[in-house]
Amino acid sequence: MALVQLAQVSKVYRSLQGSDYVAVRDFSLDIEAGEFFCLLGTSGCGKTTVLNMVAGFEKVSAGDIRIGGKPIAGPAADRGVVFQGDDSLYGWLSALGNVEFGMRMRGVARDEREKKARHYIELVGLKGQDHKHPSELSGGMKQRIQIARVLANEPQMLLMDEPFAALDAHTRADMQRELKRICAATGKTVLFITHDIDEAIILADRIGVMHAGPASKLKGIVPVTLNEQERERTHDGFVEVYRQVHEMIRDEVAIALRRTH
Amino acid sequence: MRASLRGVGIYLLGFGSLFLIWHVLATWVLSSVLFPTPWKVILKAIELAEDGTLWEHSSASLARIAAGFAGGSVIGIPVGLAIGSFPIVRRLLEPYTEFLRFIPATALITVAVIWFGIGEGSKIFLIIYTTIFIVIINTAAGVSAVAPNKIRAARSLGAGPAQVFFFVALPATVPYILTGMRLAMANSFVTIVAAELVAANNGLGRMIWDSRMYMLVDQIFVALLVLGLLGFIADRLFRWGIYAFAGRFSPVT
Repeated sequence: MALVQLAQVSKVYRSLQGSDYVAVRDFSLDIEAGEFFCLLGTSGCGKTTVLNMVAGFEKVSAGDIRIGGKPIAGPAADRGVVFQGDDSLYGWLSALGNVEFGMRMRGVARDEREKKARHYIELVGLKGQDHKHPSELSGGMKQRIQIARVLANEPQMLLMDEPFAALDAHTRADMQRELKRICAATGKTVLFITHDIDEAIILADRIGVMHAGPASKLKGIVPVTLNEQERERTHDGFVEVYRQVHEMIRDEVAIALRRTH
Repeated sequence: MRASLRGVGIYLLGFGSLFLIWHVLATWVLSSVLFPTPWKVILKAIELAEDGTLWEHSSASLARIAAGFAGGSVIGIPVGLAIGSFPIVRRLLEPYTEFLRFIPATALITVAVIWFGIGEGSKIFLIIYTTIFIVIINTAAGVSAVAPNKIRAARSLGAGPAQVFFFVALPATVPYILTGMRLAMANSFVTIVAAELVAANNGLGRMIWDSRMYMLVDQIFVALLVLGLLGFIADRLFRWGIYAFAGRFSPVT
């Protein structure tokens, strides 16, 4: 049985004028335990809506989402979320305080949670920075803290909503490598949202391409079986997967552009 | 260290120039018995300090401000938190906050004196009144301004609703609360003087009023100088306190 099961999920938003906006319709997807799944789509296609529903931030309008066979009831510690911006970090806490936040909420003893938090801060490559506050850290470092904060809470899976979109190209490439390393080390299941085809190919075991919104769903899934060396942008294998994904998303980009203009 | 010393130097220079301009104005431009020079005012201040008058009036005003300010904040903060957290409470209390905050405390002086007499009661009431709405509105605005992702992150890290409130919403609101308190402090100085001008047995406002009757212009200026100085010190202490004890919650200015 797949770890995450989305069956015929729909999400309808009601506007203040009373008209309905269907963001996602009949969206179905299974994600296996230990898998790195990238959800790729144009802007406004509803990919963040899907993540928010899996996270439990938003209720499904129809359909069913199960984690480990159990229906979800709101946000919970089994699904750690990494947000795109840094506004989810707690500015009044140090990096350490941010990373041990989840354990503190659960009542883990101070020594134990500090030890574990330091371990994860080291894992994300920020050893020795644990006393600093978010305002003293760069954008890339703040995203590392977000990742450490989620990992330290030991969730079953990570939900990442374009976590590197706001970073510069070099930092982003760096973070992608780091994330791969961390996922290999921890074996976490990941649902990763992105609009960047390169990023999806670098990271994913499978890439799900979404239709342009509204009333979006999956258009198709492209498995990525490349090894580490083949995930270089210039490698033939990489280019081949790129071509497949691009083929699928090209028309959707055109539709999305028409709808917004 | 050298940079901060230079900062202090420039600061003192600014203050020095204030007194210099005052001196020039009082000596050459508006030379009159009705406009004393800084030196005369300082001498008068020393005289009043030595006979205890200055202390009596300043401490009376300060005690009223402290009591009312503390009272207004203690009531205002939880009310503001409730308004910011629960839409029902907002709708229920908005008529009070939105209506009453436009009635200035100075307009209520007469009523306060009739209700509470010319003693401490009416003054503390007025300072509470002048403090409470600014604190409430800033606190409520602070709660509404908490980034939704902060709360979402906490929920998916396993925090319950009460934990979200105490460990996320409340600390995220502290800068707004402190800013509201700082603004309220400035208002307290306005209100206390006005109240003491109208009805009081002591206090800096009373001191100004009494001096007027005997044309003691020097003494009026002493009261003004002390008010400026006390306000300045109070604000600095408040800011210093914020940075010393809650540096991470630096106020939004």
